[in-house]
Amino acid sequence: MSSYKSPMVEQESDVAQPTLGMNPKKFSMWLFLLSVVMIFASLTSGYIVRKSEGNWVDFELPPIFWVTTIILVLSSVTHHIAFYQAKKDNLDQVKGWMIITSLLGIGFLVTQFYAWVYLVGINVYFVGNNVAGSFLYVLTGLHALHLISAIIFVLIITVKTFQFKVHSKNILGIELSTTYWHFLDALWIYLFAFLLFFH
Amino acid sequence: MANLDHNPAIAVDTHAHGHDHHDDHDHEEGTFLTKYIFSEDHKVIAKQFLISGIFWAIIGGTLSTIFRIQLGFPNTDMSFLKPILGGWIEGGKLNPEFYLAMVTMHGTIMVFFVLTAGLSGTFSNFLIPLQIGARDMASGFLNMLSYWFFFASSVIMLCSLFIETGPASGGWVIYPPLSALPQAAPGSGTGMTMWLFAMALFIVSSLLGSINYVSTVINMRTKGMTFTRLPLTIWAFFFTAIIGILSFPVLLSAALLLMFDRSMGTSFYLSEIYINGEALPNVGGSAILFQHLFWFLGHPEVYIVLLPALGITSEIIAVNSRKPIFGYKAMIGSIMAITLLSFIVWAHHMFVTGMNPFLGSIFMFLTLIIAIPSAVKAFNYITTLWRGNIVFTPGMLFSIGLVSFFISGGLTGVVLGNSAIDIQLHDTYFVVAHFHLVMGSASFFGMVAGVYHWFPKMFGRMLNEKLGYIHFWMTFIGVYCVFFPLHYTGIAGFPRRYYSFTSYDAFKTFGDLNAFVSTAAIVTFVAQFLFVFNFFYSIFRGRRAPMNPWRANTLEWTTPINPGHGNWVGEIPHVYRWPYDYSKPGAEEDFILQTTPFSATLSSNLEGEVDLVEETNASKAHA
Repeated sequence: MSSYKSPMVEQESDVAQPTLGMNPKKFSMWLFLLSVVMIFASLTSGYIVRKSEGNWVDFELPPIFWVTTIILVLSSVTHHIAFYQAKKDNLDQVKGWMIITSLLGIGFLVTQFYAWVYLVGINVYFVGNNVAGSFLYVLTGLHALHLISAIIFVLIITVKTFQFKVHSKNILGIELSTTYWHFLDALWIYLFAFLLFFH
Repeated sequence: MANLDHNPAIAVDTHAHGHDHHDDHDHEEGTFLTKYIFSEDHKVIAKQFLISGIFWAIIGGTLSTIFRIQLGFPNTDMSFLKPILGGWIEGGKLNPEFYLAMVTMHGTIMVFFVLTAGLSGTFSNFLIPLQIGARDMASGFLNMLSYWFFFASSVIMLCSLFIETGPASGGWVIYPPLSALPQAAPGSGTGMTMWLFAMALFIVSSLLGSINYVSTVINMRTKGMTFTRLPLTIWAFFFTAIIGILSFPVLLSAALLLMFDRSMGTSFYLSEIYINGEALPNVGGSAILFQHLFWFLGHPEVYIVLLPALGITSEIIAVNSRKPIFGYKAMIGSIMAITLLSFIVWAHHMFVTGMNPFLGSIFMFLTLIIAIPSAVKAFNYITTLWRGNIVFTPGMLFSIGLVSFFISGGLTGVVLGNSAIDIQLHDTYFVVAHFHLVMGSASFFGMVAGVYHWFPKMFGRMLNEKLGYIHFWMTFIGVYCVFFPLHYTGIAGFPRRYYSFTSYDAFKTFGDLNAFVSTAAIVTFVAQFLFVFNFFYSIFRGRRAPMNPWRANTLEWTTPINPGHGNWVGEIPHVYRWPYDYSKPGAEEDFILQTTPFSATLSSNLEGEVDLVEETNASKAHA
C-alpha cells in the first residue's frame, strides 16, 4: 500500500491486522436490548408455566389493543423517516418527524391506559382476582415504562436537532434512538401476539 | 513506528489520540474527586471494586464466624458479642431468628457482593483494556455508574444489617412465601424490602458492567489481537459477562413480581395460606414459579462466580509453569460449553419440588454433561503443570489450590447431580460442602491469586511473598479442614440452615466434629487478616515492582509500571502472536511478548510461522 520503507527492515515483514469491530456504543445498545429481551422472555415464560398449572381465569383482551398497535407501528415509521431525513441533512424534516414520533408515542401510552380502564370495566384488576389479569398489567406496564424512556430519548435527540447537533456527520444518537424505538415496537407486537395466542 | 506505514492516516490518528491522553494526565492530574472517587479510569474503578469486595468479604466472614461459634460451641456464653449484636444476644444465647438472618446475609454477601462484584468487577475492569490493548472501556461513564450503583446497593444492604427487625432471613435464595410474607419472620419485613431494593440496584450495576465488558472485548482490541490471540482471562471474562447479560434480567423480573406480591397484594407466588387460622386473600399463586425464575439466574450465577477465577488461573498457571497453556482452544471450547450448559440445568436445584421425574432425568442428564468441559479444564491445568519449570509464587500456589478445590468439589457435584441421590442429600451439609469447595473456595482462591499476580500492575509495588506463603498454607489447609468434615454430617442427613445440632439425638455424635470445623473456620478467617495487612501495607510500603515481574507475555506488562489514564504512553502496541509462547525451543528467553513479531524470532519460529514471515515478505515485495 505504501512505498514508505522503515529502517527496521525485519519488523516490516509483520503485519498486525486491524481487528473487526463496530461502534462500541451501537454494540452496547444491542446488548442492552438483549437484556430487555430476557426480562420479557422470563415474564412470558413465567406466564406459560403459571397458566399450565391451572386456576387461570380467561378474559377478553381489550379490543383497543389493535388501535394501540397501529399507533405504535405508525410511530416506528415516522421515526425511521426522521432518521432517513437526518442522513440527508434535512434538519427541518427531522424536527417535524421526531416531534410527530414523540406525540404518537404519548398517544400510544394514553390508549394503553384506556386499555387498563377497559380491563377495570370488565372486573380484571391488577390485585385481587386471578393472576392472569396481574400478568397482563405487568407486561403492559413494563413495556410502557420502557416506552417512556424511549420518548425521553427521542425528546433529547429532538432538542439536539434544534441545536444543530444531529446531521449526516453526527448520526449515531438518532440511529440509536431509532433502533430502540423499533425494538419497543417489535416487542409490543410480540407481547400482543403472545397474549392473543395464550390468553 | 515500523508497522504503521500501511495506513498512515490511522497511524497518525492513533498517535495523536495517544498523545492527547498523555498530555491530559501529565499536566492536569484532576482533583482528588475526579481521580479517586468519580473516576472513569477502568483501573481506578477496578481498585474501587476490589477494596469494596475486601470490605464485604470481612463482613461476610465475620457473620460466618459468629454462626460457626453457635454451631460448634452451642453452650458458649456469647455475651461478649453484645457490644456488636446488642439485642440479638438474649441471655448469652444467639437469637435463632438472627441466626437465620446471618446465614442469609452471609450467602448474599459472598455470592453477589464479594465473588460477583469483587471478582468480575475487579478483574474484568482491570484486565480487559490492559490485555486487549485498549485505552479504556467502551464507555468509561457507564463503567463509573456501574461502580456507584454497586456502592448504593452496598449501602442499602449494609444498613439492612442494622435495622431493628434484622436483615432478610429467608435464605439467599429468598423463596416465597418466607420472603413474601412479613409475618413469616422478623427479617421478612423491612429487611427483605431493603434486600430487594439493594439487589435491584446490584443488577443494574452488574448489567452496566457486563455490557461494557462484552462491547469492549469485541470492538476495542488493538491491531493484531484476533480472538485466538486473546489470553484465556479475557475469554473467561467475556463469557462471564454474556452469562450476566442473559441471566440477571431474569432475577430482576423474579424480584419485581415478588415486590408486587409483597407490597401490592398480587398472587404471583402466593397461594392459599393460613396464618393463625386465618386465610390470606392470595389465591392461585405458584411458589415453584419463583424457584424456576430464581434458578434461571441462580445457576448461571455460580458460573459468573467461577469462570473469571478459572480464567485467572489459566493465565497464572501458564506463566508460572513457563509453558504454553495445554489445549488453548479446548479451554475456550470448554468455557463456551459451560456457558451454554449453565442455562439449561437450573432445575437440578429443584429435584425435590415434586417435578415430573422424567423432566428430572433430563435435567440430570444435562447437569452431568457439565462434568465433561469441567474435566477438560482440570486436566488441562494439570497437563500445563506437568514437567513445567514451576515458579511457586503466592499467586501460583493459590491457582493450584483452586485446581484442587475445583476437582474435589466438582466430584461431589457429579454425586449431587443425580436426581435420585439428591432426595437424600438435598439441603443437607453435603450440598454446603460441595458448593463451598467448588464455587466458594475455588473462586475465592482465584480472586486472591489474581490479586497476588496483578498487584504489581495495580499499585506498582510487590506484595510480601513470605506473608503470602503463610496466608496460602493456612487458608488451603483450613478450607479443607472446614469443608471436608461437612460431607459426613451431610451424608448423615443434617439439614443446612438449622440453628442447632444438639437438639436431635441422631446428630449428637457430631458435636466434636462441629467443634473442629468451627475452630478451623475461625483460624482460617483470622489468617485472612495476614492478607488484608499485606495488601494495605504493600500499597504504601511494598517493594517497588519491576516492569514485568513474572516475565509474562501479555500486553499489560508493556505499560509503564504505574500506567496513567490511557494505559500506554504514545501508541498502543500491536500484537503478532498468541499469549502463551513460554519456553519456546530455540528462543533466547523463556518468554516472548505478544508484541514481538515473528520476524524478530527467526530462531524459534515453527513451520507455519516461518511461512507467515515469508508470505508477508513476498506481499511486501509486491506492494
